[in-house]
Amino acid sequence: MSPPFTINDLWAISPEMVLTTAAIILLILDFLLPPGRRAVVGYTGLLGIGATFAALGASAGVRAEAFSGMYLSDPFTLFFKTIFLLIAALIILISLNYLSVEGVDQGEYYALVLFATVGMMIMAASGDLLSLYIGLETMSLSIYVLAGFLRKDRRSNEAALKYLLMGAFSSGILLYGMTLLYGLSGSTNLKAISRTLAAQDLHNPALTLAMILLAAGFGFKIATVPFHMYLPDAYEGAPTSVTAFMSVGPKAAGFAVLLRVFLLAIPSLQGSWVQLFYVLSVLTMTVGNVVAIAQKNIKRMLAYSSIAHVGYLLIGLVAGSPLGISAILLYLLVYILMNVGAFAMVILLCRQGLRGDQIEDFSGLAQKSPLAAATMLIFLLSLAGIPPTGGFVAKFYVFGAAIKAGYVLLAVIAVVNTAISLFYYMRVAMVMYMREEPSPITALSPSRPLHWALAIAILGILIIGVYPGPFLGWAWVSLTGLL
Amino acid sequence: MAADYAYVGLFLLVGILFVVFTIEVLSRLLRPSRPNPEKLSTYECGERPIGGSWIQFHVRYYLYALVYIVFAVETVFLFPWAVAFHRLGFFAFIEMMIFIAILLVGLAYAWKKGALEWV
Repeated sequence: MSPPFTINDLWAISPEMVLTTAAIILLILDFLLPPGRRAVVGYTGLLGIGATFAALGASAGVRAEAFSGMYLSDPFTLFFKTIFLLIAALIILISLNYLSVEGVDQGEYYALVLFATVGMMIMAASGDLLSLYIGLETMSLSIYVLAGFLRKDRRSNEAALKYLLMGAFSSGILLYGMTLLYGLSGSTNLKAISRTLAAQDLHNPALTLAMILLAAGFGFKIATVPFHMYLPDAYEGAPTSVTAFMSVGPKAAGFAVLLRVFLLAIPSLQGSWVQLFYVLSVLTMTVGNVVAIAQKNIKRMLAYSSIAHVGYLLIGLVAGSPLGISAILLYLLVYILMNVGAFAMVILLCRQGLRGDQIEDFSGLAQKSPLAAATMLIFLLSLAGIPPTGGFVAKFYVFGAAIKAGYVLLAVIAVVNTAISLFYYMRVAMVMYMREEPSPITALSPSRPLHWALAIAILGILIIGVYPGPFLGWAWVSLTGLL
Repeated sequence: MAADYAYVGLFLLVGILFVVFTIEVLSRLLRPSRPNPEKLSTYECGERPIGGSWIQFHVRYYLYALVYIVFAVETVFLFPWAVAFHRLGFFAFIEMMIFIAILLVGLAYAWKKGALEWV
């Protein structure tokens, strides 16, 4: 009997082991430290992320299928694990001061962020439907708790409850799709499923149903349009730092598994799922952009804008070419930086008792703090996709991939949508620069970690915008092993 | 294939009929019926019941339920490990110790946070 696994397999999961250990250490630290010194927990969390990054670098050379194919270690996972760690680090940086502003300075927060990150890393690395699902639940459960972290706030409770109910519902749909796929192929391993299905009749209605259910299940996580209803309420009510996390973490992880499952397990159905994602993409970006126009709350506006961005991202999957998929990866990287940056600006405006999450609260910001207004402007320009920001480069490659693959109409719809989005992004800029009277929020709540996060985000966006070559190259290399 | 399902269906049917027949018909014919207040009272582990059984449980039981689940899952894992301990060897021992250590952190956390105190 061969051993179920070897030491080599442990190498493949060493980053996850380090990060899990770090999260457990944070839990212990939290009750050892006296109250009021909880920021130490956050900084220790940053150390843990650094250690995980080191472990990731050390295990990067190991290219293997660990645990009998349950767990993959290839450039694709490396890319996603790196951006998940980037997300976790940025979120901790923007939370350090914000948690004490909101009066929920508790160490569990950082442990939960790390546990959610472990879940995302497992998702991106899974080569099997079972490990994928375990990762998904590890991530989701941690984020349900984070969404309701302001325990005394009704809106936060509402956000957590809605997110939990919709998450449980979507998990059910996803599991139904997985069982159908397992029933048809006799395996939960993605590569084995692909091999079995290649020899089968593809007109089987059960197979189509399985594909639709999987797309719906992942659609809930990344919030494509028919499955997006919970999202604005959940984003508005959750603590802003958690909203930033929810808007990038589960989406990036959702795209990782979406790409993995659809490209690795059911590429034989590409003809049908391309049509499905074409429709989803058009619906998602149009509804997201049009509804965003009507929003007065900036968190809701950014929620609808994040829905619209998922629509743009899906274009890359419709194109299906290596260029399209690598454009998705580049887009995700840029999206993370600009979205976390925009939410960090909302946090900057948030003070004790005042949430500062209305668009009106930005009025007169240019007079009060020109630097803050300029920073926000760059994030808005990038979200709208104006050069020389990363948002432009990302959109350029995604739309370009669509045109190259022959989906000209889709690219045109996307460009029209970009023009619509310009309206509501620039309205925030207008409020910041054109309004004379400053809002009642007279002072900002700056802090050094928040500035660090803003600096990282803005530098990243500008560097990618001006010199995208190495980043696109990185995304391109990350596809080996996937396509 | 169809015959297999028929077999399972038949088994199910016979099973249901057997239970219904023995409890509802056979035992009614055989048992003597001598009710008294002691026999008709709610069973509460042999104690004399206090109050009705339609009461609301306090939400604090929720925490106990969670902590209980932690240990229930631990036991479920420990049993097969203990049975196959000789064949699994040292590595499995280390793994189980790590598993228990993680659960102990959870218990310490719950304890420190006052989840075990009756307020």
